[in-house]
Amino acid sequence: MDIIDRRPNPHGKNIENRRRVLTRARDAVQSAVRDAVANGRIRDHAQQNAVTVPADVLHEPSFHRVFEEGSRQFVLSGNKEFITGDRLHRPPGGGGQGSGEGEASDQGGGEDSYRFVLSREEFLDLFFDDLELPDLIKREIATVTQSSHARAGLSSEGSPSQLDLGRTMRHSVARRIGLKRPKPERLAEIEARIAALEDRKPLDEEAFDELSALREERQTFRTRMSRIAWVDPVDLRYRRFQPVPKPTTQAVMFCIMDVSGSMTEKMKELGKQFFLLLHVFLERRYEKLDIVFIRHAETAEEVDEETFFNDPRTGGTVVSTALEEMLKVQRARYPADKWNIYAAQASDGDNIASDTPKVTSLLSERILPLVQYFAYIEVAGSSAIIRNDTDLWRAYRGIAESHPQLAIRQVRDRREIFPVFRDLFARKPGAIAG
Amino acid sequence: MLYTGTDWTFSTLRDCYDAIEKIAIEELRLETYPNRIEVITSEQMLDVYTSHGMPVSYAHWSAGKRFVGHENAYKRGLMGLAYEVVINSSPCISYLMEENTATMQALVIAHAAFGHNHFFRNNRLFREWTDPTQILDYLEFARAYVSRCEERYGVRAVERVLDAAHALQGQGVNRHSGSKRLDLRAEQQRDRDRRDHEDRTYNDLWRTLPGAEGGAGEGTQVAVEPELGTGLGLPEENILYFLEKHAPKLAPWEREIIRIVRLTAQYFYPQPQLKLMNEGCATWVHDFIMRRLHEKGLIDDSAMLEAIHSTTNVITQRGFDQGGGPNFNPYALGFAMMSDIARIATDPTDEDRAWFPHFAGNGDPVGTLHHAWAEYRDESFVQQYLSPKVMRDFRLFRLRDDLDKPYLLVDAIHDEAGYRDLRRTVAASYDPGALSEEIEIVGVDMHGDRLLRLEHRTRPGQLLHQGDARQTLAHLQTLWGYRVALKEVDSQSGRELRSYD
Repeated sequence: MDIIDRRPNPHGKNIENRRRVLTRARDAVQSAVRDAVANGRIRDHAQQNAVTVPADVLHEPSFHRVFEEGSRQFVLSGNKEFITGDRLHRPPGGGGQGSGEGEASDQGGGEDSYRFVLSREEFLDLFFDDLELPDLIKREIATVTQSSHARAGLSSEGSPSQLDLGRTMRHSVARRIGLKRPKPERLAEIEARIAALEDRKPLDEEAFDELSALREERQTFRTRMSRIAWVDPVDLRYRRFQPVPKPTTQAVMFCIMDVSGSMTEKMKELGKQFFLLLHVFLERRYEKLDIVFIRHAETAEEVDEETFFNDPRTGGTVVSTALEEMLKVQRARYPADKWNIYAAQASDGDNIASDTPKVTSLLSERILPLVQYFAYIEVAGSSAIIRNDTDLWRAYRGIAESHPQLAIRQVRDRREIFPVFRDLFARKPGAIAG
Repeated sequence: MLYTGTDWTFSTLRDCYDAIEKIAIEELRLETYPNRIEVITSEQMLDVYTSHGMPVSYAHWSAGKRFVGHENAYKRGLMGLAYEVVINSSPCISYLMEENTATMQALVIAHAAFGHNHFFRNNRLFREWTDPTQILDYLEFARAYVSRCEERYGVRAVERVLDAAHALQGQGVNRHSGSKRLDLRAEQQRDRDRRDHEDRTYNDLWRTLPGAEGGAGEGTQVAVEPELGTGLGLPEENILYFLEKHAPKLAPWEREIIRIVRLTAQYFYPQPQLKLMNEGCATWVHDFIMRRLHEKGLIDDSAMLEAIHSTTNVITQRGFDQGGGPNFNPYALGFAMMSDIARIATDPTDEDRAWFPHFAGNGDPVGTLHHAWAEYRDESFVQQYLSPKVMRDFRLFRLRDDLDKPYLLVDAIHDEAGYRDLRRTVAASYDPGALSEEIEIVGVDMHGDRLLRLEHRTRPGQLLHQGDARQTLAHLQTLWGYRVALKEVDSQSGRELRSYD
């Protein structure tokens, strides 16, 4: 009988199988993931990623019968009062006895839906599956380099912790064979033979010769063994590591939001949703991602995330101040040759009429040449649906026609955020993929 | 005293095992395969569940699906995990959960490593259908083979065959003619031979076989030239076997994968037919051994109480009004019947003498049980041994469910007039012949469009689940490569009830 402690065995035997279920149910999981995002906030979901997939996607069919008509008998336990000939009412709703539902749901269509808890990685992979960053070719590999260590063959010197025992011993064996180092077993044999001959007293001529020959041989053996080491410094091999420069891509994302009096809470909420999506998306594409939050009313200021999303502010609207603020920050901290620059602007489209020409020139002449992508999202409260054309929209539309890196979309409802986002970043056939 | 308190160490396990083995061999005369006990964590137990207790299995999404199901149920507290899982193999592997108390470890060693193990080794069905010395090696071979195929032909291609073969798993056993034992070396040899044979007999003509659409029209020419049909050994109930041997379009590796699914299904085939006896035997054995350990002073009173408490939980049969359905708790009924047999053998009443003249009062409970464990399956065991006393204890009654009538009729209860009826119906509920579908391949149009005809012999009102039947037929068609048709016929009048094409 053996007792084996299996607890330290490698865990996660079923990771591969689990991955295959996900692949198989990919479409269903993906739409579940997207529903989850559409109905809630992406941050929440990126933490607690449970999605539910309807069971029929994973159904395994087989031949099995269902009881539909006729009669059958079965024995139950726990009789308290029945006697032969009693008639009982059918339990309401079948309950496994009326219509053969019991059998059907044992193996058939009655399976529950499946709930998967996805890792953040899996979740976002599925979520952003067919999305692509536009125009990544421009500055895909930025200049900031870090180095990491990579294996680079072997060397004959190094720290003892990096000693490659296997190779060292291989060299040692080769050298010992090459230099004909006597085997310890052979020496032991000779010594045993010598001892045996020495014990034998009188020694005849022949044995005496053998004894002296052996003694001589023993002497040579011993000298050779002491000269030729078992492991020599020339045998030693160490694993060598070399620093390899690792290019990192880095990006900065400017979030610009109008917080003036005309923006209702609902409209701000729409803007936030869009920024969050963009943030998570960019986070996956860049190892280093900075975010700059800029809010504006008549004046613009850079604020932290908390203030940006939560602190209310009111006032009039001068959009150009925000663009100027963005340029100021960019010049100070994010030189365009080292950073991929993205900008997203959310606004209700209001702007002081006199400011619009300035916005147009700022955007088309100074900002757009710098950025990879500039997304403008116009959010509309329910009342604004009627006027389809806002000041900003008209101005931006004109620029967008000649600048492909400016994308403008309108969003009216929370449900539209995600489609708009997908629309902006959908992988376009024939586009240069990053 | 073997241990006190609830903590155990590996040396406690060994001491318990030795003490239990002594009782098992000397007093119960159990014959077992060599034992191997493995201690695992709850996470590993979920893996064991996923692979039906097998330590190795090939990769397939359905395993992932089971795993996710179990994992969710367990994590949400809807399902507890078993104290142990035991495998019918030699050596017989018992998995014990690490969080069991010392008493539970002793109990499950007695239950699994001796009770189940003895049953695996001695019951006729297990001996006939499974080869425990080979199964682990065979599964290892199967896993390696499947993964090699995945490398060579792609995961998708392998999955296609596995999905289809899994759907037909229930039709992968020769119920009537029995099985041949697995032999790993022969399996590998056969795989090589098959490839050689393919090479030798390669015939360019076959390459030009017409596709599924390109066949000729309808027609049952089998009747005209019967030698073509008879060569295929029709009718054939083992659909997987038929496909493996005769499906015209499968590549050799696809046949081999079908064979792997078929042989695995065959290995598991006896288990559901022996659930009641297997659990009854193991529970009775552990109960006996724990009592003897206590009598010998090897475990203390608190340990004994814990053992009794646990056994009682396991052997609870809920009544019909407490949620107990027409499927009995196999532990409850099995244990009750085993205990009852022991009682009848040692201390029979007049009723027992009348019902069981061949062993009542023979004074050899262990011998009587040994005989029952070895020679019966659930159905025949109930038919033979379910005594009036057990029926009274369980307060059994029979319902007739006639869908034409607005009520359910109680047509037998636990009294003199009803005992035999009850026993017959309980036995029938364990009858694999009545439980499994009778589906056969009845014909192939070898000269025409290679239409494969199947027949399901059944009774009106007991037809196949339609959606599933269609999907399964689609899988069958994938493997066969040409059209398939299924007819459901009344086994008595021969009338056609429904057909699929």
